[in-house]
Amino acid sequence: MLLRAGVGVTLAFIYIPLIVIAIYAFNTVGTLGWPPDGLTFDWFEKAFNNDGAREAFINSLKAGAAATAIALVLGTLASLAVGRHEFFGRETISFVVVLPIALPGIITGLALNDTFTQIFGIDLSLFTVIVGHATFCIVVVYNNVIARLRRMSGSIEEASADLGGDPWQTFRYVTLPTIRTALVAGALLAFALSFDEIIVTNFTIGAGQQTLPIWIFSNLFRAETVPIVNVVAVLVVVISIIPVYLAHRLTREEGGAAGKGAAAQATAEATAVP
Amino acid sequence: MGRRLAGLFHGRPRLQVGSLLAGPVGWLVIGYIGSLAIMLVAAFWSVNALSGETIRGFSLDNFQELTSEPVYRTVAGRTILIAALVTITDALLAFPIAFYMAKVASQRMKAVLVVAILMPLWSFYLVKAYAWRIILSDGGILNWALDPFGISGPGLQGNFPAYLTFTYLWLPFMIIPIYAGLERIPDSLLSASEDLGAGPGTTFRRVILPMAFPAVIAGSIFTFSLTLGDYITPQLVTSTQFIGNVVFASHTNNLPFASAMATVPILIMIVYLLIARRLGAFEHL
Amino acid sequence: MSNRKPGNPARVAWLIVASLVAFIALFAAGCGDDGGDTTGGGGDEGLTKVGKGEGKLNLIAWVGYAEDGSTDPAVDWVTPFENQTGCQVSVKTAGTSDEMVDLMRTGQYDGVSASGNASPRLVEGNDVDPVNVDLVPNYGTVFADIKDQPYNTFDGTHYGIPHGRGANLLMWNENDVKPAPDSWDVILDPKKAADYKGKISVYDDPIYIADAALYLKEHQPDLGIENPYELNEEQFNAAIDLLKEQNPNVGEYWHDAATQISSFTNGDVEVGTTWQYQYFTLLADDQPVASNPASTFVPKEGATGWSDTWMLSSSAKHPNCMYRWMNHIISPKVNAEVAEWFGEAPAQSKACAETSDPKFCANYHADDPGFWEGVYYWNTPVTDCTVTDQRAHEGGSGGDCKDYNAWIKAWTEVKG
Repeated sequence: MLLRAGVGVTLAFIYIPLIVIAIYAFNTVGTLGWPPDGLTFDWFEKAFNNDGAREAFINSLKAGAAATAIALVLGTLASLAVGRHEFFGRETISFVVVLPIALPGIITGLALNDTFTQIFGIDLSLFTVIVGHATFCIVVVYNNVIARLRRMSGSIEEASADLGGDPWQTFRYVTLPTIRTALVAGALLAFALSFDEIIVTNFTIGAGQQTLPIWIFSNLFRAETVPIVNVVAVLVVVISIIPVYLAHRLTREEGGAAGKGAAAQATAEATAVP
Repeated sequence: MGRRLAGLFHGRPRLQVGSLLAGPVGWLVIGYIGSLAIMLVAAFWSVNALSGETIRGFSLDNFQELTSEPVYRTVAGRTILIAALVTITDALLAFPIAFYMAKVASQRMKAVLVVAILMPLWSFYLVKAYAWRIILSDGGILNWALDPFGISGPGLQGNFPAYLTFTYLWLPFMIIPIYAGLERIPDSLLSASEDLGAGPGTTFRRVILPMAFPAVIAGSIFTFSLTLGDYITPQLVTSTQFIGNVVFASHTNNLPFASAMATVPILIMIVYLLIARRLGAFEHL
Repeated sequence: MSNRKPGNPARVAWLIVASLVAFIALFAAGCGDDGGDTTGGGGDEGLTKVGKGEGKLNLIAWVGYAEDGSTDPAVDWVTPFENQTGCQVSVKTAGTSDEMVDLMRTGQYDGVSASGNASPRLVEGNDVDPVNVDLVPNYGTVFADIKDQPYNTFDGTHYGIPHGRGANLLMWNENDVKPAPDSWDVILDPKKAADYKGKISVYDDPIYIADAALYLKEHQPDLGIENPYELNEEQFNAAIDLLKEQNPNVGEYWHDAATQISSFTNGDVEVGTTWQYQYFTLLADDQPVASNPASTFVPKEGATGWSDTWMLSSSAKHPNCMYRWMNHIISPKVNAEVAEWFGEAPAQSKACAETSDPKFCANYHADDPGFWEGVYYWNTPVTDCTVTDQRAHEGGSGGDCKDYNAWIKAWTEVKG
């Protein structure tokens, strides 16, 4: 069938380069010629022992976690405002939230770099990286939560208020459970974006520091470390199966027939809370 | 405390909205858009060639340079063209698989495919671009495969390697919104169309395509904008300059000029976003 | 929950946003530091005595200048330094002088190994402080013809310690490029370069324009080019045109040594400009490369080159460590190691007795000022044509030379 052929072609297109990388992760020599000279597990061991890679990895985790946390808070606040209220400038908020991710990274990076170094006169560091990442991660959380909020009518929250719940209780016992899975999905995607990001990071990171993508970039051509780069890439892809699958399960509730069931369940849960 | 908050907010909906929005708006409008504004102001400055000191007087020199010197038009034109080609190619590649996932595949197959599409997103952008460098390199796989036929690949020059690599890199960003958009089309609509006597081609043209179009536009925002500002992939797989390269190359020595060059993609994307919003793409991001 | 209709027009919202943005823009225009200015020492309060090391040292260096054993365990002059002084060194390798200047301006480094197309800019921008050469004992025995030079001494004040010098090389793949070239025309003459279309590797830096100018000095003498870094309008345009003709034949513009090594190894390029570091790395890898001037002779037209200087940042947080490093890097044994590893002429005269190859200094013309007359060290183009009278060329436009900003803009045009 033509459709299946199309699917096959696309999948092949997506995976062939990755398979190439995987093969090179086992290559004995660091150069790029094909076919590879030989196969070995050596590089896996070297990857674990490489200080630069380890430090960069930890920096990436720190930045990703912090940026995701900020994005969660700001994204939720914004989506609650837009999803549940009417006010002037409402349409503009959606536009503004999308801007950091829709504008090319070099623009965001250059602008933020300018502001940090020229206007505030502060040194670049992991903190400035986090600010940069959080800025374009907000939209990911925002979109997920707003989509969820639009699916659930606001009447549940009104009912909660009528029953005597104050805004904080309403949020904690009614709103939060309904958007929880959207938050998790958004957080996973935000973390992934931050983890992989290089362009904005290049412009906002401090002098001696590296996140994993920056470490990769500086080692990409050095024959003695490029196999380590390949190893790191392979490992990350393999490990990523878990969060990707999780995110899919969580957002699956939104679409199709399963969605209505989940919504009904969430409603039942929410109203059952005293 | 919660009670007092409730009392405070009662009858003052704007206060409630305001307090919700203070954080995000402060961050995004004052912080982000403010930074953009500062960068755009810098486009009107100039720089001392020797000391690197920025001279803050108002001057249109940078923009004059941009418009008078043909190389910038060439670079911008090349980047926009490649971005458009990449977008179209990705849309064509994405649609079949997105449709299959949304309408044809079983639940299990769907889960498998979604994971299969998203996993490569987690492999580093740099590594994927590098993989193409390996493949297209003179001693690489492509030439090795074509050798028996006596022809050789494009090598690491010109626009083709960049076009190919960009198409590859941004494909998942196109598949996901289209898949989500197609999922939202109720099956009943497709059955109805069939019942009314439409063949698959007509159903596709008259029912599916118009409904999926905003999703395609949503995906195109990413493919277009990511290509417009990228400077790393051109460095890795080709020797030609794109807008991102020019901005990056001049930002160390001549920040005002880099800012001026940067206004080009900003203007293009803002117009693109406004059109996309009008076409309903924002619901599909 | 409120479903109030929006009472106020969206105009008000835009007004608020616009005024915020305008406020910020005005703020930016009115306040904030000027780029490049630092409020560091300014040169009047230099060290009078080298004290105890501060425990850390952040350097910017060319590839191969500060080896710590990670490239080759046997090649390491950083670890001994760290052990002796307690200054833990962290090195940022830069590929171009522009990168180095940019990094220095962040103020987060202590020192840099600067070439002549960076040092005047750093001095002018107050990014470096004068160096008190009396505090560097090994400075006394540095070769005389690299002391007090225009690229390390400004207005009679010393601004750095010489590291070593070399000429830029023409390198080619012996199997693919025949006969062995002895002139830059293999990559600059449009007809000859077309033989290697797509296989030429050129340094990605505006300073390469000087190479084109040097070529024209020999091949188009009626342009009257004397100094490839001081070009008037006509000479400059001729150089740019030559490079634009070269562009279709260029396979890569490299700005990172490792990338070029990778390209030569994989056969993506076969001939181009390079440094000794790449050449020797490829040789060590049994790659079929040859080059000149590897050591003995220079292509017909001469070559551009560089004479590098360690400079002290004006916002250095670890100046004592930096002084110790400068003394360490030109100590006889270390400078010999450095020179032999990279493949350049050492700055330290006593290093010649320490090299593992006794003929090393002779091969690299370390003590041969005459040789270096034909090598045009990287320099920063400025508008003043002070060295020679550029207006002497008949029919020329006369007047000012092109400054570095013009070189940068032209380079973008060249690459298309």
